Amino acid sequence: MNNNKLLLLGDEAIAQGAIDGGLSGIYAYPGTPSTEIMEYVQGSKQAAELNIHRQWSTNEKTAMEAAIGMSYAGKRAMVCFKHVGLNVAADAFINASITGINGGLIVVSADDPSMHSSQNEQDSRFYGKFSMIPILEPSNQQEAYDMAYFGFELSEKLNVPVLMRITTRMAHSRAGVQRREVKPQNQLRLPSDPRQFVLLPSIARKNYKKLLVSQSAMELESEKSAYNQLIPGTDKSLGIITTGIAYNYLIENFPNHKCPYPVLKVCQYPIPRKQVTELYNDCEKLLIIEEGYPIVEEMIKGFLNIGKTIHGRLDGTLPRDGELNPNIVAKALGLPVTEGEPMPVVVKNRPPSLCPGCGHRDVYEDLNEAMKEYGTGRVFSDIGCYTLGALPPFNAINSCVDMGASITMAKGAADAGLVPAVAVIGDSTFTHSGMTGLLDAVIENSPITVIISDNSTTGMTGGQHSSATGRIVEICKGIGVHPDHIRVVTPLKKNHEENVKIIKEELAYHGVSVIIPQRECIQTFARRKKAEKKKSNE
Amino acid sequence: MKNDIIVAGVGGQGILSIAAAIGLAAVNSNLYIKQSEVHGMSQRGGDVQSHFRISDKPIASDLIPAGKADMIISVEPMEGLRYLPFLAPTGWLVTNVTPFNNIPDYPNIDDILSEIKAVKNHIAIDADAIAKEAGSTKASNIVMLGAASLFLDIPFERIEEGIRQLFGKKGNDVIQLNLKALRLGREFSKKNR
Repeated sequence: MNNNKLLLLGDEAIAQGAIDGGLSGIYAYPGTPSTEIMEYVQGSKQAAELNIHRQWSTNEKTAMEAAIGMSYAGKRAMVCFKHVGLNVAADAFINASITGINGGLIVVSADDPSMHSSQNEQDSRFYGKFSMIPILEPSNQQEAYDMAYFGFELSEKLNVPVLMRITTRMAHSRAGVQRREVKPQNQLRLPSDPRQFVLLPSIARKNYKKLLVSQSAMELESEKSAYNQLIPGTDKSLGIITTGIAYNYLIENFPNHKCPYPVLKVCQYPIPRKQVTELYNDCEKLLIIEEGYPIVEEMIKGFLNIGKTIHGRLDGTLPRDGELNPNIVAKALGLPVTEGEPMPVVVKNRPPSLCPGCGHRDVYEDLNEAMKEYGTGRVFSDIGCYTLGALPPFNAINSCVDMGASITMAKGAADAGLVPAVAVIGDSTFTHSGMTGLLDAVIENSPITVIISDNSTTGMTGGQHSSATGRIVEICKGIGVHPDHIRVVTPLKKNHEENVKIIKEELAYHGVSVIIPQRECIQTFARRKKAEKKKSNE
Repeated sequence: MKNDIIVAGVGGQGILSIAAAIGLAAVNSNLYIKQSEVHGMSQRGGDVQSHFRISDKPIASDLIPAGKADMIISVEPMEGLRYLPFLAPTGWLVTNVTPFNNIPDYPNIDDILSEIKAVKNHIAIDADAIAKEAGSTKASNIVMLGAASLFLDIPFERIEEGIRQLFGKKGNDVIQLNLKALRLGREFSKKNR
């Protein structure tokens, strides 16, 4: 390997590729496995020197919209989030393909097949198809770099945002990456058509027709793309289509990575019709190997399934769900599968848990005590470290659906007659999507008790800046929660009895209460102390 | 040449520093590497592992196939056993013997140690005690790396170089301490293989 290569995570390769490709601003909300893209730009000296915008946004929708604004102003922008973040940003995302872009716009959505750190394994490629824009799906870290680097030009050429779809293994695996020459940023430049971004129905209809017409140009780009390769093979009893990193799992199984079957390696969508047709005509049957949902498989198979045999996730050749690996692909090809010794029975599961000393622990101990008189089944929670309160020893929460749902679900349950209903939400999740739900509750004075467990950071993803820090009380007042029912407490063992009393008082109140247990995340606290010590030593 | 290694431990034990040191050594040796890490939820005290692949030829998969790993390096005794399905019949289990007990049903350590001894090629090392001898229990991961270095196809000097790079900003004392931890770990493997 060449020594001047950088050793980068897939996420970091995307970030470096974007910086070198003329990026002016990156917008994101933290979410595994996408977080390191923004973190890399924030840590980059080059990005600081180039004055690239690199602050976290309050949620994925605000991130997406700010990026559209930067594109409007003619500059190149990137948006990053995890797959479920694209749900939050979807309104802006879908409409951005109708407005089109001015400066190049890349949207990175990081999927999490097998749900390592997520509540589902939805496939972002559906969103790309839904909004009818090109999708780039790297198979290795160098491609991740190159796709970000050249992605802005593709976006500008086709006048649409480009979706870059990665999965956990791509995001969090490191390899050598060769950089390219740094491109200058775009100049500030308004759209040539001042009404391009005005999606009044009359204009939107025109824009949409343009988008439909440009589909053939996108297909042509895919057919010409160096990322899509038809690799010849001698054994035409089977043709294989791989997407993204699935290609690696395929060739891992053959000596010198030489697959005997013809392979179409797809990393740019729409899938290249010319090459797919060629493979289909050339081979007796096809096997589709894709990380994620069987999207390509469904497209090629069709509803009636009347052509040649198509194997993949739909017919059980590959598992219907979960992440792929070399062994799963070997089985699908009928190759012998290696296995080591089985895991000894003495080995126990070790699920993740709240850190020793974490403030959320005290919150749950206080809450469980206060809830005793009402019984279980009344606590709605949210997305964050505190979701671990669902596990022993706390068994304290009854829901985790999506960002912000704790407050609105508690309200809905209270509307149904479940009183009191409790919501447990973190500070960052509260400003992400909890505030609007709190307003709903205030308007109806719903009998709910909202606990905003404030550790002053976005904890689960590693301690990124939280938009809520120092603002929660004022936000709650502004939304209209009565100041008498905004209670700030400190979640510490020594305050247990007092905190239980306060929670009980608010549970008994027939209206909206907000209790804010405030104590800094012990991880960020330790890092801060370490940094301060280092600074005082210098 | 190819070394496929699983690095195992518990979230928060810092297994990535082992991976980072090998990574630097591999890069300095002009080798290809792919290293898959665990970020996110499991880092909160759950089981974590890193797939680390080094080769003089391009590497395809980010994940090591089951039954193909040349070595498991585990900073915790039970965690190494978790990945035995990945270990090749000729592979080595290099593991710390000091348990990290953060679950209510952690097994009896003697049962764990006897399973470790049942693995044909194993090094069971009290990395915490040896790190203390080197000057700080914080260096136990580097003791583990030293113990594992005997089975890596990377010259030992390159790994020492990796340590110097990794701890370069922390001053000469920290570098020397970690180099000592590295050598003591390697000595242990030489005597006990």
